[in-house]
Amino acid sequence: MSEEKWDLIIKPKSSWIDLRFKELWKYRDLLLLFVKRDFVAVYKQTVLGPLWFFIQPILTTVMFAIVFGYFGKLDTDGMPGPLFYLTGLTLWNYFSDCLTKTSETFIKNQNIFGKVFFPRLIVPLSITVSSLLKFGIQFILFALVWCYYYFFSAQSASINPTQEILVVPLLIIMMAGLSLGFGIIFSSITTKYKDMNFLLAFGVQLLMYVSSVVIPISQMGEYAWIFKLNPMVNIIEAFKYAFLGAGQFSWFWLGYSFVFMCVLLFFGTIIFNRVEKSFMDTV
Amino acid sequence: MSIVLKAEDISKQYRLGQVGTGTLSHDLKRFWYKTRGKEDPYLKVGAENDRTTVDSSGYVWALKDINFEIAQGDMVGIIGKNGAGKSTLLKLLSRVTAPTTGQIKIKGRIAALLEVGTGFHPELTGRENIYLNGAILGMNRIEIKAKLDEIVEFSGCQKYIDTPVKRYSSGMIVRLGFAVAAHLEPEILIVDEVLAVGDAEFQDKCIGKMKDISGEGRTVLFVSHNMASMKALCKKGFLMEKGRMTNKGNMTEIIETYLAKTTKSSATGEIPDDASSMNTGIAKYRSIQLIDAQNSPIDRVNYMADLRFNMTLDCKSPLKDVIIDLRINTRDGVELVHTMNKYGSSDKQPLSQGLNKISCKIHNQLQPGNYSVTIGVHESNGVTLDFVENILDFSVMNIGEGENSGFSYDFKLGHVHFNSKWVVEA
Repeated sequence: MSEEKWDLIIKPKSSWIDLRFKELWKYRDLLLLFVKRDFVAVYKQTVLGPLWFFIQPILTTVMFAIVFGYFGKLDTDGMPGPLFYLTGLTLWNYFSDCLTKTSETFIKNQNIFGKVFFPRLIVPLSITVSSLLKFGIQFILFALVWCYYYFFSAQSASINPTQEILVVPLLIIMMAGLSLGFGIIFSSITTKYKDMNFLLAFGVQLLMYVSSVVIPISQMGEYAWIFKLNPMVNIIEAFKYAFLGAGQFSWFWLGYSFVFMCVLLFFGTIIFNRVEKSFMDTV
Repeated sequence: MSIVLKAEDISKQYRLGQVGTGTLSHDLKRFWYKTRGKEDPYLKVGAENDRTTVDSSGYVWALKDINFEIAQGDMVGIIGKNGAGKSTLLKLLSRVTAPTTGQIKIKGRIAALLEVGTGFHPELTGRENIYLNGAILGMNRIEIKAKLDEIVEFSGCQKYIDTPVKRYSSGMIVRLGFAVAAHLEPEILIVDEVLAVGDAEFQDKCIGKMKDISGEGRTVLFVSHNMASMKALCKKGFLMEKGRMTNKGNMTEIIETYLAKTTKSSATGEIPDDASSMNTGIAKYRSIQLIDAQNSPIDRVNYMADLRFNMTLDCKSPLKDVIIDLRINTRDGVELVHTMNKYGSSDKQPLSQGLNKISCKIHNQLQPGNYSVTIGVHESNGVTLDFVENILDFSVMNIGEGENSGFSYDFKLGHVHFNSKWVVEA
C-alpha cells in the first residue's frame, strides 16, 4: 500500500518553508470575489457611496493644514500646505487602513474560518487589493488637487515633478507589500495574544507623526537616519520628490525599504501559514 | 474498492479554560523542550474527553488514537453523544484545524459542509452569494457559472435571486446554501447535521441529493443525531465515545449498540453521575422510574394505559423560571412526544433546594413498540441545566386494559394513535 498516491495528507505541522502558493493560485477566483464583496458591500445603502473615499482625506487635510500649517507653522518643504499634507495622507491612509484590516484577519473571520478550509492568506491578500482600489480613487483626488496647484495656483513655481515619477508604481507595490507583511504578522500574533490589537491601534496613529506625513524628513537634522529606518518614510519621501520635487530621494534608502519588505513578507507568510493551521483552538 | 480516506492515529488536544493566562509560559516551555530535541511536555498530560470529571492538567484529548479507512463510494455515518468528538473529527477532516498527532490521507477533492451558507454576505444578492459561497467551498468561477441555473432551481429561490439575501427568510438562506453545496461535486463530501434545518420537503430533497451523490460513486461522511435518516442513508457506521472510536461496522448494529449503551438507568431508576449529556452543576436528575397505578416500577405498559413517570431532581439552590421537560423517542431516535412544564417567576418557589420529587402523567397514545425517554431542565432563557438522553426504556404492549381489554393488536403502523371517528354515509 505504500506506493499509493495521496492527493492530500493532513499532518499536525508542515515544514517551515512550505508556502503553498499553488493552492493559493487555485483559489484566485475567491480573492476577486472577496475584493468585490468588500467594495460593493461597504457602500450599499449609503447616500454618498464611494464619495466617502474623498471626504475622509479632504477633511483630514483641511484639519492638518489648519492645525499644523496655520497655527503650528510647521515647515512643509516649501510646498503649499494642503498639497503637502494630502500627499502624505494619501499614502499613509493606505498603509494604516490596509495594516489595521489585515491584522484583524483571524479575529474578524473566525466564523468562516471555523467552518470551511481555504488558504487563509486569500483574506489579507484580498484586503490588500481592495485597499489598492480605494487608494486608486484617493489618488485621483490627489491628482486633481495637484493639477490645481500646478496649473492655477500662484505657488505653481515651487512644484517641480521629477523624472523619478516613473518609480511611483514600484513605490505603491512596496507600500502594499509592507502593509501586508506587517498585517499578517500582527494577525498571527493577535490570535493568541490579543494585547497586540491595542498596541497596533494607537501605534499606527502615533507612527504617522514620525513618518514624514506631518514633518518632512529634511527637518529631522542629523537624526534623520533614525526616522528613515521606518521603511514607510523612504517611500513617502520618494513619492513627494517624484510629484512635488520636494523631499528626499535616495536609492539606498529605497533599497533598504525594499529588502525590509521582502524579509517581512517572507517571514510573515511563514508565521501566518503556521498559525492558520490551528488558530481555531486559540483564538 | 480503493481506500480514499485513511486516518492514522489521529489525536487532538485542547487546552481547557481560558486560553491566555499562562499561555506565554507554556509556549516558552514548549520551545525550550523543542530546542533540546525533547518531546512537547504537554502532550503527555490531559484526561480523556469526559465532561463530568475535571482534570487538573488543564488539557483534554478531544480525540484520541482514531484510526479508520473509508473506501470509495461508501456512505458512512458517525454517531455518538454530544461531546464524543464527532465535530472535532469533522473539523480535522475539513482542515479547519490541524490534528495534534497522527495524519489523515485523502484521495481526490474533499469538501466539508459543517454549515450551510458559510460566508453569505447580507448585502449581496442571491446570485452574488452563490458565486461567493461556491468560491469559498472551492469551486472556480467557470464551474459555478456552468451550474448556476441548476443551483438556483434546486434552491427554489428563482424569484428572489437578484434580491439581497438580508431580505430572505432564514429557510431560503438555508436552501440557497445547501443548493450551492449540493452542486460541489467533490469526491468526498462531509456533512454535519445540516439536514436538521429546512422544512420537511426540503429535507427529503437533501436526503435524495445525498443518495444521488453516493450513487455516483462519491464518498459521503455524515454526522447526525437523527438515527432514522442515518439508518436510511448509511450502510456503514462509526460509533464515538469520549474521543475514541469504539465501534465500526454495519450501521444498524452500530445504532443498536449506541442506544443500548446510552440507556443507563438501573432497576432502581437511579441515574449515574456521568449520564447527563449536558450539565451545569446547578441541577441534576437523580432518578427516573416508570410506575403503574399502584406506584410500583414497571418497564412496560398496556396499550392506551397512562404513562406515569416519577423523577427526582437535585437542585443546588431554589430554582425559578425553569422549564422541565420530557421527551419520548423511538429506539432509532425519532422524537415523538415532547411535554414540558414551565415555572414562571410568579410561581411560589417551584423547585426547592435539595431533592424535588416530580411526577408526570401522560395520556398514552403510543402505538405498541419500544421507546426511550429523555429528560431535561432548562432555564426559561434557553440555558440547559441538565439533559439526560435515552435514560429510560419502556415498551408499549399490544394488549389493552379496561375498555380496550382483549384488544389484540398484531400489526402496527406509525407510532402514535389518534382517536378517529368513521362514518359510512348511506
